Amino acid sequence: MSAGAISQRAPSGSTLLEVRNVAKSFGAAQVLKNISLQIASGEFLTLLGESGSGKTTLLRLIAGFEQPTTGEIWMSSERLDTLPPYKRRVNTVFQNYALFPHLNVRENVAYGLRVKSTPKGEIAGRVEEALRMVKMITFADARPATLSGGQQQRIALARALINRPQLLLLDEPLSALDANLRKQMQSELKALQREIGIAFLFVTHDQDEAMALSDRIALLRNGAIEQIASPREIYSHPASAYAAEFIGQTNLLRGEIKKGVARCGSLQWKTSEGSGAAVFSLRPEAIRIADASLQLPDSVHFRGTIRQRIYSGASEVLEIDCGGNQTLRARIPASGPLSGEHEFLFSASDAVLVAESSAAHWPRAADLGPR
Amino acid sequence: MYSRAYKAAISAPPLLWVCFFLLLPYALMFAHSFWLVRDGSLVHHWNLQNYRALFTNPLYFQVFLRTARIAASVTLCSLLLGYPLAYYLSFHAGPRKELLYQLVIVPLWVSYLVRGYAWKTILGSDGVLNGFLQYLHITHEPVSFFLYSPFAVVLMLTHIYTPFVFLPIYAALEHIPRPLVEASQDLGADRRATFLRVILPLSIPGLLAGATFAFVLSLGDFLAPLLVGGPSATMIANIVQSLFGAAYDWPLGAAISVCILLITVSLLFTTERLERRWSFK
Repeated sequence: MSAGAISQRAPSGSTLLEVRNVAKSFGAAQVLKNISLQIASGEFLTLLGESGSGKTTLLRLIAGFEQPTTGEIWMSSERLDTLPPYKRRVNTVFQNYALFPHLNVRENVAYGLRVKSTPKGEIAGRVEEALRMVKMITFADARPATLSGGQQQRIALARALINRPQLLLLDEPLSALDANLRKQMQSELKALQREIGIAFLFVTHDQDEAMALSDRIALLRNGAIEQIASPREIYSHPASAYAAEFIGQTNLLRGEIKKGVARCGSLQWKTSEGSGAAVFSLRPEAIRIADASLQLPDSVHFRGTIRQRIYSGASEVLEIDCGGNQTLRARIPASGPLSGEHEFLFSASDAVLVAESSAAHWPRAADLGPR
Repeated sequence: MYSRAYKAAISAPPLLWVCFFLLLPYALMFAHSFWLVRDGSLVHHWNLQNYRALFTNPLYFQVFLRTARIAASVTLCSLLLGYPLAYYLSFHAGPRKELLYQLVIVPLWVSYLVRGYAWKTILGSDGVLNGFLQYLHITHEPVSFFLYSPFAVVLMLTHIYTPFVFLPIYAALEHIPRPLVEASQDLGADRRATFLRVILPLSIPGLLAGATFAFVLSLGDFLAPLLVGGPSATMIANIVQSLFGAAYDWPLGAAISVCILLITVSLLFTTERLERRWSFK
């Protein structure tokens, strides 16, 4: 977990927001357990987790809609968690946009400036600027109810950004959009964040979205941070079996290490890790079909029978029965007819040792062998 | 698909109901207002005399004005009581919400008459209020103006119609998505600004519906002035009642009823338009 611990500190730039040992309970239910994390200026940090992992609660604590049970939240040397939401210099894009139905687009966007008694002339200019930024200037006089989901999304963004916050909170902002629009909004959102250079704290349950957008991902599980690191770091060095399975697909190999040799079912290879029970994560793309011309360092060879092929365009996933109740999935470039028994190999360095479960958690019953 | 016979069978009862108990009586009332009474009996002779009497005798206009003033006071008082109550229940009552809601509704189960007599008991010369004031030595003899005054009518009608005002306002407030309130705060608006800029505008349809209830029902009330109003608080419905009763002048009574009906319908039409103007979805 050392990699995770280090990257809880913001990677570069000055720290903008700091969450210190925050816990939150609703009655008897503890939703967040001792969360600490930092967000750097201009960083795109994603809170990723299943529903019920506490990601939205953490966002609401920072926005001020909930009070932490214990712990503190600081924003550049100002204590945030004791302030009411309207005094915090953060703004939120809500899941269902929460546009004011009785105001038109222009009035919605101007709202934040109006309530702060900004001079009228300045409001008009900044509203126009904000609407141009999200390419919605032609809709200035429309009512929110007449706009599509994607358009409402842009207005919600403009309305939040017009206040020039240093940190923008986004609560699953793309989850209500259909798949194509979603991809398009992802790239626009990322471009916008780069352009205006403010920090984004983004909540999602979609790991692809988190991978595509984030500088760092904080993976939450049952109210605790499972791992916080860059997408590449989490993918290549997942801190736990849970992280390995949640981010991308993987094969979890359970076995043991004895005298420098790892044994998982029929597979074995040399390792420098210490002895004991062990879980390795082996990404499907690390497994190849053996071929005389293919040379991998520390390669581990095994034979298996192809049980199923799942075609997805450029690549396909093979389900390989290696005997002894062990099934591995391999992602290979899409190829011609392929079936029956083959020899496969992977590099021992691609089998990454992961913790069965991060310290904050109990093992999941489903992981504990056959029923 | 349903057969024609089935559709006819299912829609006949309500249509018949509307015809016999709504349209027919209205038609009769309308016809009566153009007839007249001669030598103590109804004459089916078409004329405009009743309407002429209505617009030339200032008495009717005065009573109508008083009625409108009382109805407006009742509306204002019930709004001032009902809106804060509904706001508190919807936004700040927490787990007590259900209980408080039931407590607001309970008076609706008690007969109108019983509540009227209760006010008579409270406000009368030997009533609870006078007894209490004398016990505290604030007054030394019974105060007579509590009962039999427009004030007593406004008080009683406010008590009766506040739940009617509360209910639509409460429903409107409950329908305001809570993220809108959070969005307002998030954008820098404190409680006051959030109320004035988001909650109040979005509750206007409920407010209009409640105000219409209170005003229209008060406008046609004749029991409150009868029970606690006295001669100084005679309302237009009392005039109608006496014209149809002791005075035996149905045509004039019908003419007044037609006028009240027109006023009420145009009022309902206007508030309906306003409500639609202020509802968003």
